[in-house]
Amino acid sequence: MLSERFAALRASNRRALVCYVTAGHPDPGASLALVQGLADAGADVIELGVPFSDPVADGPVIQQSSQLALDAGMTLDRALELGARAKPDVPLVLFSYLNPLLAAGSDVLTRAHDAGIAGLLVTDLPVGSDPDRERWIGESPLSFVRLVAPTTPTERMASIASHGGGFVYLISRLGVTGARSELPPDLPATIHRLRSVCELPICVGFGVSSPEQARAVGALADGVVVGSALVTAAGRSVDDALGFVRALRAEMDRA
Amino acid sequence: MSGAINHDGRFGAYGGQYVPETLIPALDELTKEYDAAICDPSFVAALTAELETYVGRPSSLSDAPRFSKHVGAHVLLKREDLNHTGAHKINNAIAQALLAIRMGKRRIIAETGAGQHGVATATACARFELECVVYMGEEDMRRQELNVFRMRLMGATVIPVRSGTRTLKDATSEAIRDWVGTCDESHYIIGSVVGPAPYPRMVRDFQAIIGREARAQVLERVGRLPRTVVACVGGGSNAMGTFHAFVGDAEVELIGVEAAGKGLEASEHSASLQRGAPGVLHGSLSYLLQDAHGQVHPAHSISAGLDYPGVGPEHSWLRDTGRATYVSCTDAEALDAFGLLGRLEGIIPALETAHAVAWIDASRGRWASDDVVLLCVSGRGDKDVAQVAQSHTISV
Repeated sequence: MLSERFAALRASNRRALVCYVTAGHPDPGASLALVQGLADAGADVIELGVPFSDPVADGPVIQQSSQLALDAGMTLDRALELGARAKPDVPLVLFSYLNPLLAAGSDVLTRAHDAGIAGLLVTDLPVGSDPDRERWIGESPLSFVRLVAPTTPTERMASIASHGGGFVYLISRLGVTGARSELPPDLPATIHRLRSVCELPICVGFGVSSPEQARAVGALADGVVVGSALVTAAGRSVDDALGFVRALRAEMDRA
Repeated sequence: MSGAINHDGRFGAYGGQYVPETLIPALDELTKEYDAAICDPSFVAALTAELETYVGRPSSLSDAPRFSKHVGAHVLLKREDLNHTGAHKINNAIAQALLAIRMGKRRIIAETGAGQHGVATATACARFELECVVYMGEEDMRRQELNVFRMRLMGATVIPVRSGTRTLKDATSEAIRDWVGTCDESHYIIGSVVGPAPYPRMVRDFQAIIGREARAQVLERVGRLPRTVVACVGGGSNAMGTFHAFVGDAEVELIGVEAAGKGLEASEHSASLQRGAPGVLHGSLSYLLQDAHGQVHPAHSISAGLDYPGVGPEHSWLRDTGRATYVSCTDAEALDAFGLLGRLEGIIPALETAHAVAWIDASRGRWASDDVVLLCVSGRGDKDVAQVAQSHTISV
């Protein structure tokens, strides 16, 4: 489903808008409404974040949204339920740390597939770190979306690209998630390095927070991931969040 | 030296590198540099000189005649409390600081619980002119005010961590976040045998001097190996450092004492090896206090240095293979033992160490009078005196 979506985007010469939301944030009802509204607002892919108690790759915004969601009782299985109920018209990618996945049991990937999840991204399971568990995910019905960092050497990028599915998530800069006012100066070079060894679509995230930045990144890559800035808007209201997504979409599609 | 380690740096199934992709090249570099450094005579000579002339090694092995009589066994104390800065933590901090210099990294990050590792790292950074940033939970800063002051005196920046339980777990997460953003210029000096590979092996190797010295000292003193070796376990660095030299001595029993907090049956404790289940936190797979959904369960201990929901992966392996046995003592038992060693031997142990003292005290009768029991006195208790006085369990 992810590959079809990206093929369709490519055919129409559009860039993917990938929207991250924390499942259960700011509360379960609003979270469901948000996931239901994102496709209409212009999202091409929805990353559904499973909240974790110790999110070491995340900055303050997603730390807080995760804590709020956990306090309200969100779990991996409830996130799957949320995805199944929302049934958006665009692919859902589950975004999780490894430990909640391990605790959910070996059939969790099948349950996720049954809930309509198309892909899985695991923040703390880099390529080569755990061949058995990577095979478990790789052989599941889910596309295994892998991450590349600016520190990743080019030959390792090639290996990551060959192990991944759906798209490759390029972390734009050193550091944790969170809105930044500027794009890193070495981003074009990093994308170029990755492009030279990667056939999968490349989506760039971490720090993309404004329609102008999304447009600039879209000029370089196949897609743009917006997370913390969207989570901040969702903390105000679902309408604010959907309005923000519409603004991103409009700027990315502007001729 | 590393018989227990698989080719991929794991201890059995435990360990690994469960970190964001950004850190993988930094861990690869660290592994390469560490492996080269320990084979480089100039690095080893520089480290040895620091340990001997600055830290004060070898640390003493003290007889404990009154405590021995009280326990009914021949107890010997490995005195890591006599090291410069008052705990075993300096062994690792000095060594990793030298490694950072070798790697050309002049900015150092550290996490700290009780503050001992933070103080040791601030000390090493002052000595080697390195920038030092220490993350410490706000709750621990309150419990260990004296150590916060010591770190700042030596020029370190101490950053309060206000997320989660505001203790060692969250300080470690925040230190990792810093490193994800600065790994091109910073080295992260982890204070225990936790974290992604190569840290558990590297920190163990830098602490293994405790057991190497103690083994030779015991043999020289009494002509035979100890029957039992005892150390407290939070993340587990003083225990791993003490155990390592004895792992191959099948007749030596290895006992790690975890913090039972308010009791193992209550949920407020830090006994990950006894009440946890394997899980992934801070880069490695190991026993972990967690709920049914894989969310990390907050630990509790009166001792900030043991107040951690995870444990070093090699301890998980030693537990599963049965080579080491893990037991626990409560806050109340540790507080009693804190006073006991002071009254009988004139040694006030750190609250962390007091857990190991408490287990030996509670195990009176299990040894013959000439059995040798080796206890690692991981640190001194000066930092804890105010907190213990406040608890009113002993009069001061």
